[in-house]
Amino acid sequence: MDVQIALLLSQDGLTNGAIYALLALAIVLVFVVTRVLWVPQGEFVSYGALTLASLQLGKVPGTVWLLVCAGLATALVDGVVAWREGRWRRLPRSLAFNVALPLALAALATWLAPRNPPLIVQIVLSIALIVPLGAMVYRLAFQPLQRASVLVLLIVSVAVHFAMQGLGLVFFGPEGARTPAFTDARFELGVMTVSGQSLLVIGASMLLIIVLYLFFERTIYGKALRATAVNRTGARLVGISTTLAGKLTFTLAAGIGAVSGILVAPIATIYYDSGFLIGLKGFVGSVVGAIVSYPLAAVGAVLVGMLESFGSFYASALKEVIVFTALLPVLVWLSLRTRHVEEEDEE
Amino acid sequence: MSPQRLLSLAALAVLALAPLVVSEFSVTLLNYIGLASLVAIGCSLLTGVGGLTSFGQAAFVGLGAYTTAVLTTQFGWSPWLTLPAGLALTTAVAMLLAVITLRLSGHFLPVGTIAWGISLYYLFANVDGLGGQTGITGVPPLQIGEHVVNTGREFYYLVWIFVVLALVAMRNLLDSRPGRAIRALRGGVMMAESCGVDTQHYRAVIFLVSALLACLSGWLYAHLIRFVNPSPFSINLSIEYLFMAVIGGASHVWGAVVGATVLTVLKQWLQDILPRLIHASGNFETIVFGLLMVLLLQRARTGIMPFLSRFLPLEQPVAVPDLEPSKVEPEATLASRPKPAAGEPLLEVRQAVRRFGGLVAVNRISFEMRAGEILGLIGPNGAGKSTMFNLITGVLAPSAGEVWLRGERVDHLRSRQIAQRGVARTFQHVQLRPGMSVIENVAIGAHLRASGGVMGAALRLDRAAERSMLREARVQLERVGLGAELLAPAGSLPLGSQRILEVARALAADPMLLLLDEPAAGLRYQEKRALADLLVRLRGEGVSILLVEHDMDFVMNLVDRLVVMQFGEQIATGLPHEIQANPAVIEAYLGGVE
Repeated sequence: MDVQIALLLSQDGLTNGAIYALLALAIVLVFVVTRVLWVPQGEFVSYGALTLASLQLGKVPGTVWLLVCAGLATALVDGVVAWREGRWRRLPRSLAFNVALPLALAALATWLAPRNPPLIVQIVLSIALIVPLGAMVYRLAFQPLQRASVLVLLIVSVAVHFAMQGLGLVFFGPEGARTPAFTDARFELGVMTVSGQSLLVIGASMLLIIVLYLFFERTIYGKALRATAVNRTGARLVGISTTLAGKLTFTLAAGIGAVSGILVAPIATIYYDSGFLIGLKGFVGSVVGAIVSYPLAAVGAVLVGMLESFGSFYASALKEVIVFTALLPVLVWLSLRTRHVEEEDEE
Repeated sequence: MSPQRLLSLAALAVLALAPLVVSEFSVTLLNYIGLASLVAIGCSLLTGVGGLTSFGQAAFVGLGAYTTAVLTTQFGWSPWLTLPAGLALTTAVAMLLAVITLRLSGHFLPVGTIAWGISLYYLFANVDGLGGQTGITGVPPLQIGEHVVNTGREFYYLVWIFVVLALVAMRNLLDSRPGRAIRALRGGVMMAESCGVDTQHYRAVIFLVSALLACLSGWLYAHLIRFVNPSPFSINLSIEYLFMAVIGGASHVWGAVVGATVLTVLKQWLQDILPRLIHASGNFETIVFGLLMVLLLQRARTGIMPFLSRFLPLEQPVAVPDLEPSKVEPEATLASRPKPAAGEPLLEVRQAVRRFGGLVAVNRISFEMRAGEILGLIGPNGAGKSTMFNLITGVLAPSAGEVWLRGERVDHLRSRQIAQRGVARTFQHVQLRPGMSVIENVAIGAHLRASGGVMGAALRLDRAAERSMLREARVQLERVGLGAELLAPAGSLPLGSQRILEVARALAADPMLLLLDEPAAGLRYQEKRALADLLVRLRGEGVSILLVEHDMDFVMNLVDRLVVMQFGEQIATGLPHEIQANPAVIEAYLGGVE
């Protein structure tokens, strides 16, 4: 390997690592706020990439029907609960969010899709179609289980992964898609050529990380999420609803997933089930920070990207084996740092 | 004959006769159900009973299948030799994963097994010697003596003999000393460790057992299909095995078989019907499985078995040992530990400090206890009494200071090691297994007084030790007045009785030092009297008692000396009548006169 190849591989690794870092942050966020080990984060990535790909082909993306169906299911559950408890006050909001909003987005997408709008409109529309799914998933799967153990939440999480992956197949079909690069620009930087695409991905990831940082530092909702992460009971005592925190967290996770999907769409061919593996790589990254530290998760994710990039150079067929086996030494390291845990688990 | 035994015999008869009457297709399906059941039995033990999860079970199945496929086709080994080879390989992998994840919180085992499951899958698919995606063909059939097992019906008996053996072994295991320790894992590590249960050891054991069962299933699979390729060993299959265990539920060993049956049949049916409904091909059944699991975990987390238990006599109550002296074999009593002579120094706490962040919960507390003494530790709520208990019992390490037990420094030891030295405790917030019977809960307390591992339990070689443990549990329950509730689920007792159950559990450990955290809370007057009498009797037998209690009448009439704490500080130490007259104590309890 010469310097040029090493630089090229590093560039690839950094680009993928930036995307994994976004996913790792989402996974840490979901875990610290809701205690859910959020395995299906990658499903949002597939949805995001395939939605954008459909729009670029002038087709109405399958996400539209998925969103409408999920919204109706959520409204139905809210309706049944309202009826059973005789409390109708919250129902209009649920109907607006779960029925009216998806229908409006569906109408907009159906109208816009064949008109080949500019790329930025396609991107915003793709994200808008996926973000509401986050809160719906939380409402349907996790809200009734707020007091469940980490174990139960994890099993539910993989169950949701099963459902979301299968629904991806139904609504997007088995074909893969790859969108054209956002830019063909290239920059000469000494001996290496930097692609504009890579810079765009890394830049977008860093921008999103900064936005998230400001959200958590400066806004009341961001602080509410942090409070919930530190102490759920304490947060509830000062009026931060666990449900609100959960929905907000999943909304953020869906948004981050969708953005990641859009960033990855020109880099790799994405199938309905590709997201799972991409999300798991984010997961591997987050384990470096024991799934609780944001900076370590981001560092871990970039390392995963690098390892994958160099791994595919040396042993292309075994790159997944290399990436996932690398988790084992990380676990050893974590294990050596821990004194002993005596945690509680409920029924 | 008991109804349970009758039911088991009926089930066996149905299993034995089934292949004679059903179609070839159904036999194939039953073979797959049997193979899945083996894996699901392991998942049920691991997840349902032990509260751990693995996403690598399909990879262990694959390890079993590929080991035999490679060794038989490329090296000409006999399949009967490849099984031990596969099991040995599985043991090595499982122990490695256990060692590196089980020191961490429970959710790192599934994380580690995801990595293992995915790595192995891609290894199968990409290593040339393993045939890549096309796999390995020509795996030989199994041969028993001269007889070749090459029909589905013959294989059926082989598979289900293994399933039934696994079920019997599992039932035996759960109804034993190691079984109770495993069942205690989900109730929180703190209680199990305080009874001397090595929770990391048992977590590793159940992970290993579940991996070995998966490996066995893979070995059988390879010789049934006589072909292996990577696809049946993907992480999705691991998730399905987990779902089987959840569907059946862990309340009964048959749950895994029920779950495997439901999921296998449902999958068959959905793969048939869904592509026609959707007009496309693909694994759409995952949608139904996913939604089904979410609903099941929200609505009926215990699975199908409790529902079946309502109609079928599935529950086999524990055999309660007789206490009549004539019927007790002499070896059936557990050995007692020699108690230190009265007045000997027993426990010494020197300048113990415990901080939680900025809060100093215990600040430079010092006291000592002599053998045969009842020492009261009192103070208003939030004084740090329970933290002090946790420092003495090794649940927490002190931030500074020392704890000495009979001349040995113990503050760096874990609670299990302190339990081994003859310290038993109860908890302020009751810690017991609500679903287990009262007598089994108490028998956990006697864990350290008997020995016997998983193999002995599975093979029922442990019955003498088991009888003596249960006998001890019964003796202690009779002693504290819960003799009428032996078989009731512990969670069904009123809270006061649950506290008394904890006292019995601590006594079953035959302690020299007993730490009781508010034992009288929730008791009626007569029950408090009985408890006080019991504690006095225990003192007479040489047991020393450290008591936290808010009922001052109860405390003052019982204890020899008192330590009073307030806001983490030690404000007084002395005899009951001195403490009652101490102005600082009066101020702490009643508030000062401004």
